[in-house]
Amino acid sequence: MSQVAIKAQALVKWFGEGEARTDALRNVELESYFGEMLYIVGPSGSGKTTLLSVVSGVLKPNSGTVLLEGTDIWSLDEDKRADFRLNKIGFVFQDFHLFPRLTTAENAAIPLILKKKDWNESLKEAITCLEIVGLKDRAELPPVKLSGGEQQRVAIARAMVSKPDILIMDEPTASLDGDTGNAILAFVHKNVLNANRCIVVVTHDERIYEFATRILNMEDGRLTTAKGKA
Amino acid sequence: MKAILKLAYKLLVNDRAKFTALLMGIVFAVFLIMFITSMFVGVLNHASATVINIGATIWVMDPTVETVANSVGMPDYVLDAVRSMHGVKYAVPLYSGGALVKLFDGTYQSVTVIGLDDNSLLGRPALLQGKIEDIYAQSGFIVVRDAEFSKLENPHIGSEFELNDNRAVIVGVAQVATSGLYGIPTLYTTYLRAVQYIPNPRFTISYVLVEPKATSDIPQIKEQVERLGYRALTKEEFMKRTADFFIYQTGGGTNMLIMTLISFVVGLSISGQTFYTFILENLERFGALKAIGIKSRDLVGMILFQATFTALTGYGLGVGLCVLLIWLAKLRLPSYAAMLTNVNLVVGFVLVAIIAGISSYAGIRRVLQIEPFDIFRG
Repeated sequence: MSQVAIKAQALVKWFGEGEARTDALRNVELESYFGEMLYIVGPSGSGKTTLLSVVSGVLKPNSGTVLLEGTDIWSLDEDKRADFRLNKIGFVFQDFHLFPRLTTAENAAIPLILKKKDWNESLKEAITCLEIVGLKDRAELPPVKLSGGEQQRVAIARAMVSKPDILIMDEPTASLDGDTGNAILAFVHKNVLNANRCIVVVTHDERIYEFATRILNMEDGRLTTAKGKA
Repeated sequence: MKAILKLAYKLLVNDRAKFTALLMGIVFAVFLIMFITSMFVGVLNHASATVINIGATIWVMDPTVETVANSVGMPDYVLDAVRSMHGVKYAVPLYSGGALVKLFDGTYQSVTVIGLDDNSLLGRPALLQGKIEDIYAQSGFIVVRDAEFSKLENPHIGSEFELNDNRAVIVGVAQVATSGLYGIPTLYTTYLRAVQYIPNPRFTISYVLVEPKATSDIPQIKEQVERLGYRALTKEEFMKRTADFFIYQTGGGTNMLIMTLISFVVGLSISGQTFYTFILENLERFGALKAIGIKSRDLVGMILFQATFTALTGYGLGVGLCVLLIWLAKLRLPSYAAMLTNVNLVVGFVLVAIIAGISSYAGIRRVLQIEPFDIFRG
C-alpha cells in the first residue's frame, strides 16, 4: 500500500440552521494515496465539491479532521493553512479562473509569485511548465486568445508550477467538449500523475473514468460505494 | 519591485480602459481641486499685495480695518505715540488710497497711490528704470510695471498726466512682488505729495509701519498700540486678516469650499465606482488566489498598492495639468490670480488619499468577504 496523502475522518459539514439546514457531509471517511488518481463522482448536490473544499483546507468542517501528509490542516491558523495550500496543493478549477489581462506565462507563474519568488525566475519556471503542457509558444498570449482546452492546460500548468504533492481538480472537463476533456485527463494521467503525487478529481463526466485509479461514489453527503477500479 | 506588487500593477494597468477611467477621475478631481484652491490663494495673495510689497514688520491701523485696501485714516498723534513706545526701533507713516488719472487721450483711469515716508522711503519698490531719489523731484511719481501698466498708456520716464488736476511726472519704473487685486495701475510717490494731491478726510495716515528693536518686542508693541485704541498686526497677521475677510465675509471661502467638495465628490464617484467595478470583475479570480494560498494581508496589500499607485499617478498628472494651465494663462495674463502653494498641494493630496482610501476600502471589504469555497461552487 502506498503512503497516505489525504486522510479525512468523521467529516461533518452542514449549511444553514434550523429548518433551512442542509447536511452536505455526513460522517465522511476518506483516504487517498500518493501515486493514485482518485475520482469522486456523484450527482449534483451530493456533496462532492464540499468534500473537495474541506479536504483541501478551503472550507472548514463542522467536525472531523483532515490530515494532509500527516498535518491536521484545520488545526493550523489561517496564514499557515494558506501557506500549506500554496506549497503542497495545486488547484484546477472548473472555470479555470485565469486573469484575462495577464499573459499565459504570468497566469501560470502566479503560485510562485504568491510565494514571493522573483518575477523573472517565476516566469521562467512557468514557461517550463507551459512547455510540458504544450503551450510554450502561447506563453505571451492572453488566455482569451486560447481555446477552452488550452486554457484548462494553462490552469494545469499553474497548478503544477509549484510542484505540489496533491492536485485538486474540480470538474476539470465541465467547461470542455468531450474530446478535449478526454485529452486533458489523458495528459494529466500520463504527465502529471507520479508516485509522489496524489490527484483528486471531482467529476460526473463518465467519459473520463478510464483514467481513474480508484473511484468513490458520493451520494447525499456520504461516500457510499466504491466502484470501478476501487 | 516585489513580484506580488508587480502582479498587482499588471492587473491594474493591463486593463487599460478601467485604468484610464480611474486615472481620469483622479486627474479631473485633482485638477479641479488644485485649480479652484490655487485661484483662491492667488486672489488672497493679490488682495494683500500692498502688505507684501511694502514688507514692513508691523502695521498699525484703525481697529475697523478689514483689508489693506480699505484703510481708515489715523491722526498724526498715533505716529508720534507709536514712535515713543517701548521696543519700537522706528515708525513711519504710509498713505494708501485711490485716485483718478487723466490720460493723454483725455480718458480717466483709476490708480492706487502709495505714499512712502518722505524721510526713509520705507517700502520703496525695486526700480527697473530711474533713480529712487527722483521721487523727490517736483510732481515725481514712480509707476509699477505690472499687468495693469498698459492702462496708463505704457508710460516711460518723463511721461506726464494729470492726477486730480495736479501735474504728475513719471520719474521711475518699478517692479513689485505682487500686483493688486483690483486690476488698476499702482503709483508710488512720497507721503506728503500723496496727501497733497489726493483729497482726504481730516486724518491722512493710512498705516504706521513699525520696525521693532527685536522680534521679542512685538507682543509688547501690540499691547501698547491696543491701549492707544488702535491695532498692530505683523505682516503675516495682516495678510491673514485680509484673507479671512475674503474667506468668511464675502462668500468666497464658502464658494471655494463647495466647489472643492463637488470636485472631490465627482472624483470619488468616478474613481470609486471604477475601482469597485474593477474589483468586482476580478472577484472570482481574487477568490481563486485565496484558494491557491494568498494571505489576506497580501491581497489587501495588492489592492492598496493599486489604489495608491493610481492615486499618486493621478495626483501627479492633475497637479501637472494645473501647473501647465496656470503657466499658459500667465503667458497671456501676467497678473493671472492663481498660485500653487504647499497648502494647495497638501489639501489636494489629502483629498486624493481619501478618494483612494474609500475606493480601496470598498474593494478590500468585498475581496475579504469572498470565500474560496464560492469559487469551487462556481
